[in-house]
Amino acid sequence: MKRLALSATAILVSAVVFLIPFGFIALTAVKDRRQAALLDFSWPRQFRFVENFAEVVKARDYMLIIAFINSTILTVCSVAVMVVFAAMVGFVLQRRVSRWTGLINFLVLSGLIIPPAVVPTIWVLQSLGLFRTMPGLILIEVAFGMSFSILLFRAFVATIPRELDEAATIDGAGPMRLFARVIFPLLRSVAITVIVVQSVVVFNDFTNPLYFLPGDQNATVQLTLYNFQSQYSTQYNLLFMNMLLITVPPLVMFMFFNRRIVAGLTAGSLKG
Amino acid sequence: MSNTRKARRRTAPSPYPYWFYLPAAVVYAVLFLVPTFASFYFSLTRWSLFDYQFIGLDNFVLFFQEPALVKGFFNTILYAVTTSGLKVILGLPLAVLLTSRIVARGYLRSVVFFPVLVSTIGVGITFTVLMNPEQGLFNRSLAAVGIQGPGWLTDPSWALLSVALVDVWKGVGLATLIYIAGIVSIPQEYFEAARVDGAGAFGGFRHIILPLARPATVTVVILSLIGGLRSFDLIWAMTRGGPGFTSDVIASVIYKQYQAGFYGLSTAGNVILFLVVTAIVVPLFRYLNRGEVEQ
Repeated sequence: MKRLALSATAILVSAVVFLIPFGFIALTAVKDRRQAALLDFSWPRQFRFVENFAEVVKARDYMLIIAFINSTILTVCSVAVMVVFAAMVGFVLQRRVSRWTGLINFLVLSGLIIPPAVVPTIWVLQSLGLFRTMPGLILIEVAFGMSFSILLFRAFVATIPRELDEAATIDGAGPMRLFARVIFPLLRSVAITVIVVQSVVVFNDFTNPLYFLPGDQNATVQLTLYNFQSQYSTQYNLLFMNMLLITVPPLVMFMFFNRRIVAGLTAGSLKG
Repeated sequence: MSNTRKARRRTAPSPYPYWFYLPAAVVYAVLFLVPTFASFYFSLTRWSLFDYQFIGLDNFVLFFQEPALVKGFFNTILYAVTTSGLKVILGLPLAVLLTSRIVARGYLRSVVFFPVLVSTIGVGITFTVLMNPEQGLFNRSLAAVGIQGPGWLTDPSWALLSVALVDVWKGVGLATLIYIAGIVSIPQEYFEAARVDGAGAFGGFRHIILPLARPATVTVVILSLIGGLRSFDLIWAMTRGGPGFTSDVIASVIYKQYQAGFYGLSTAGNVILFLVVTAIVVPLFRYLNRGEVEQ
């Protein structure tokens, strides 16, 4: 009885604290312009999902579509590169203990702790001809997300028995073959975790695109939302429709990979 | 014979070659290490990207003379301490609740965790609307029970705190998750032994969960301090450092000085942020981990 009361309270409080903000986004996104401007938490007078959707997609020459394409390219490329590079480092770092190990562990932790220096990074990108380019931003995301990925891979490599490496080496496999054919397939589950977590992080990233890839043609979805905020300050229905649309990819990730995300975030953080 | 064998062993490549570090090392060194080291030099210059002029510590002097920038410095620390403190205070009881036998546990865990995955800008804009002083849901609800709510984001004494509260709302799910992992790893026998010894639910919490969740607390505190000290996007989406500069933090000062073209000053802000983060996080990390070993 007491447990039931506690559960009921918890569900009620969670609904007020966590569901109302999301409900507010969804309801405002389908309202007409005048009702949305009231900013209240109310049932829409008329459902204008299709109209608002079309209008927000068409706004500023289909900016949102371009932004979704940009964000997809950014996320897919940077996460793919990150996974391969980090898996290679995690593998050797766990297996081969040498005088380098301490230094590399130190660098990995530094990457987690030290805030990146903004203008000097722009200066480096500019001298490489990568400032304001998509490849530049992809490499930035790789560099900043590397540490966390390496920690996850290193921890998982420790659970793979060394006998496998020895067997493969005796059978004549070189390092590349050993890694690509034996180890990497076994890293599948942690690789999925890294992919899911980093995709959400990169997709939601606002600061790095703001600094390193400014300009309308290159806008990512987070930047369009930010720009819409100043531009559509009177059209809250469109602003919240935009927000609703860019919340869909993380929501899908969450529904399919909830356990992976949870496993990755807790394992990575407790060991790191 | 033995000579050739020795020679072959020396040349036999390790199955774990160092060049596996190379791709990651190049990207990391060029885009993270070089800028970090360069920032120490450029923070001592007047800098326009094309040319720079060495001016010693002038940028730092300016930083600590300008009231707006000093405010940003102290706000950064206040913000980080408030958010990480609240995440511990709320995260631990939530985790205890969500590991107990409660109805709809899966739903509750999901709903607490989901905001972690949502875009920070989206959360910021939503709460900016909800915190609107006249029309926002917050103050309308308060008015309904006869309380006049503050101007959450428009009142200088509330703005930073309001943003910090939203930060906690968004981030408490991660703290809870880390605590849940810590609590689940405590062997059940401990709780049974405590029950046999006559400990109630609170006794179990006080004498088992609290001490054994310490590694989780260390993680939560350190992660939220690191995140809180460099926090930029939520503050930028909600107040842009305003009203005036009352909710500025170092990260927003860096952006404002960068936009204004004061690259040297902006980089000095970066160096100060670096120093603040290492000065707070590294000793804390040592202290908290040492305590654990001693126990």
